[in-house]
Amino acid sequence: MLAKRIIPCLDVRDGRVVKGVNFVNIRDAGDPVENALYYDEQGADELVFLDITASHEKRNIILDVVAKTADDVFMPLTVGGGIRNLDDIRALLNAGCDKVSINTTAVRDPLFIKAASERFGSQCIVVAIDARRCRGASGEPPEWLKRDESLGFLDIGSSAACRRSPLWEVYTHGGRRPRGIDAVAWARYMEELGAGEILLTSMDRDGTKDGYDIELTRTVAEAVGIPVIASGGAGNLEHLYEALSDGKADAVLAASIFHYREYTIREAKEYLRSKGIVVRL
Amino acid sequence: MIVIVDYGMGNLRSVEKGFLKVGVDVKVTSSPRDVEDASAVVLPGVGAFRDCMRNLDDLGLLNAVLRSIEKGKPYLGICLGLQILFSESTEFGHCRGLDVIEGKVVRFPAMGLKIPHMGWNTVRLRKAPPVFNGIEDESYFYFVHSYYVVPDSDEPVSGTTTYGIEFTSMVWKDNIIATQFHPEKSQRLGLRVLKGFGEFAKRS
Repeated sequence: MLAKRIIPCLDVRDGRVVKGVNFVNIRDAGDPVENALYYDEQGADELVFLDITASHEKRNIILDVVAKTADDVFMPLTVGGGIRNLDDIRALLNAGCDKVSINTTAVRDPLFIKAASERFGSQCIVVAIDARRCRGASGEPPEWLKRDESLGFLDIGSSAACRRSPLWEVYTHGGRRPRGIDAVAWARYMEELGAGEILLTSMDRDGTKDGYDIELTRTVAEAVGIPVIASGGAGNLEHLYEALSDGKADAVLAASIFHYREYTIREAKEYLRSKGIVVRL
Repeated sequence: MIVIVDYGMGNLRSVEKGFLKVGVDVKVTSSPRDVEDASAVVLPGVGAFRDCMRNLDDLGLLNAVLRSIEKGKPYLGICLGLQILFSESTEFGHCRGLDVIEGKVVRFPAMGLKIPHMGWNTVRLRKAPPVFNGIEDESYFYFVHSYYVVPDSDEPVSGTTTYGIEFTSMVWKDNIIATQFHPEKSQRLGLRVLKGFGEFAKRS
């Protein structure tokens, strides 16, 4: 049976891991390869590098990071952050990464997802959705939801979204910019354009350790026919279980609980297995 | 020399580095001549069946690959490298394959399961191929695909995997070994498969 996946996420800036394993007794905690090897040995199912390099000139450094990692680590590797065009994707795939995760560029130009999946295959195009819960008063759809008609995909889900409560709005630019798009309708639209997977982050829960937004995760997972990775809010092992069971996620992404070695990946998997979740051990 | 056929699709770097990691010399090439001269051929690749056949044809590699298989050279197909061995695929209408193994390539039926089939799944061994070298039954390997192969006969079926239905995830027929999963992405066990192919190629 297909196993549920556990995916650690490393933040990389200017070629250095800035949010990764809290190593002791190691020469270089900022080395992406060291971090990747650590999770490889623990039996992580995939790895995600989130490139938060701000300066455009330094953007090519991530290619070197990917190439060095792919020399030593033989597991699926996803890179997200700053992908703007097809050349960016080709360069990353050639360097040895398997999937790219796209957020802001997808919102700016949804058809980019179609072009990218036609060129490279759906299997390597992950659409990252940063979503924040919003409560419309008295069941009325919020103003922004009425506006998203202009984007031309209202028919896919927003009319249903108007009747739904709660609602989640899509954010871009690392969660700073609200985009007036219903997250569930957006996920379905991205699937229709060829996305192979959704990386779904709750901006409300991200960094809180209060657990994933299960309602958001389940709503999106049931709305699309492609795998959904839950992200944002993991604070303990039960949270992983909730996202994979009630939340119906295919995979869970987590950072700090693994980086700070509160749990190893193996402990997480043993716990999940004891609760009846199929994992690879 | 073992060659990895580069026809402009998929992550060849990982396959190459995987072989190097286990001490097997390989050469990545898109030259038909190199394929003809090779002692063994590795054909990786993800993406669409039709693009794969067309690219191989455009580069003059289709016949070179076919001839090397017919000559009995060890062949390792990965993902698309498995699928194109079959007679035809139903992806985007119909498309002819190499027809080295009789059967077809079809899409997973819509039955509430997520497509692509993406992640780690187990391989149930029918008859372990020489490259498996003692890898246990029901071991986990990494998959990512929306289509799977259906051989006309059970004879080449070497391993199966369950995703809603039970499908053929590995074939072994004489010099041909091909996997739907990605050894180059399957960590320790995947590297053992690559090493096993290196040894199989050396023995042949």
